Amino acid sequence: MVAPVRDRRAGFSRRRQYGQFLGYVLAVAGLVVGAVLLVASQFAPPLFAGLRMGVATVTVPASSAMMSIREAVAIVPDAINGWVFAHAENERMKAELAVARPLLMRARTIAYDNRRLRRLLELRDRDEQVVTAARLVSSSASSGRRFALLDAGRLSGVRPGMPVRAPDGLVGRVVETGPNAARVLLLADAASIVPVRRTRDGLPALAVGRGDGALDIRSVNATNVRFHAGDLFVTSGTGGLYVPGIPVARVARAGMDTVLAQPFAQPDRLDFAIVSRVFLPLPPAPPAQAALPQP
Amino acid sequence: MSQADANPFEPKLTPGRARMIPWLTVVGGSACTTLPLIATVPILPPLGLVMLLAWRLLARFALRPWAAAPLGLFDDLVSGQPLGSAVLIWSAIFLAIDLIESRLVFRDFWQDWLIAGGAILFALAIGRVLALPIGAQVDGAMMAQAAATMLLFPIATRLVAWIDRKRGMV
Repeated sequence: MVAPVRDRRAGFSRRRQYGQFLGYVLAVAGLVVGAVLLVASQFAPPLFAGLRMGVATVTVPASSAMMSIREAVAIVPDAINGWVFAHAENERMKAELAVARPLLMRARTIAYDNRRLRRLLELRDRDEQVVTAARLVSSSASSGRRFALLDAGRLSGVRPGMPVRAPDGLVGRVVETGPNAARVLLLADAASIVPVRRTRDGLPALAVGRGDGALDIRSVNATNVRFHAGDLFVTSGTGGLYVPGIPVARVARAGMDTVLAQPFAQPDRLDFAIVSRVFLPLPPAPPAQAALPQP
Repeated sequence: MSQADANPFEPKLTPGRARMIPWLTVVGGSACTTLPLIATVPILPPLGLVMLLAWRLLARFALRPWAAAPLGLFDDLVSGQPLGSAVLIWSAIFLAIDLIESRLVFRDFWQDWLIAGGAILFALAIGRVLALPIGAQVDGAMMAQAAATMLLFPIATRLVAWIDRKRGMV
């Protein structure tokens, strides 16, 4: 046991006493400033994007370099596993191929029919326009929010709102951009909501992040909707942000109305993330004069 | 400073670099979120907070009473929490520790650990309430995170004690 060091200034120096007093005044001021900043950032989240992305501009190249090292090291166990399990994997893939070949033939026929029928209907499809491919290099690992930093930014054409996907599914969307970095809101964040539809029958639903890496699938316009384990959900294109048809999640447990689902894209096992343009950008606002009634 | 101001019982005033070291270690702890790790649950302990608590409880004069606010601001910029949450929480923790220290007569490491544990629980709980809606399913992961953070405190204290001895302030 030791007696604590006390910050008692027994001297007569006014300057020193005032200095110590000022320290505590500043400490309380820090509390107040924190509260004000917090209220400001709750009501206008993009307010401090510049500050955050300024720091990210410096940290992202460092994270990017560390990610390269990590990947170089991770190749070693992968290569060993590849040699050891090559035979078993080969057998498994042959079996899979036998199952998949007839399915592929059917899918080709259906795709051809689809194209033909769409041409008959003269539907205008907008396809996905890729902006850039980049890597997720770090994330908000100590916070309950699920953000990740992408090592491409405004210089590569990345803008806030753009969807980010991996080859196997949707990852999230860009919320803030800096010159060489962008902050991505991952699907699993509790603030992320993606309109989806069931592949089997087109049933509309919402994929809402839970914060723990999984998603909640909620039915939107119908009650008593039954979801089955293994139901697949893809983006529906509602809202105009995401291209329709990007895989999002697979239902893990059967249930009614709200069920647990696992996302297809695993951000922690991602080689590259693809940033694409907003599917249907908002039309430019009409000029103000046009809105005025003409006398 | 004139000769009349000198207080023989005061710890020696240190060169700027020795002053900077506590700040740099806390900033370094916060900056651990730049590690190449894409987490799906809050898996990384708030290392900036652990370093701050270790400095505050072990070497009281290493950081000024107002240092929590600027250090918290940096933590907010890299942690993904809403800006201002760590400024508020860390400042509150500093003031609370001051209040506790003015009441405790004798102190031991166990009490330091207890105080740090309370501060860590407070910071994570308030941080969760400020950043996430009530329905988010992160409580289990955050309990594990809090436990890991508390277990890290003695290690951080060791590190801080070693740095403090090296920088020659004692």
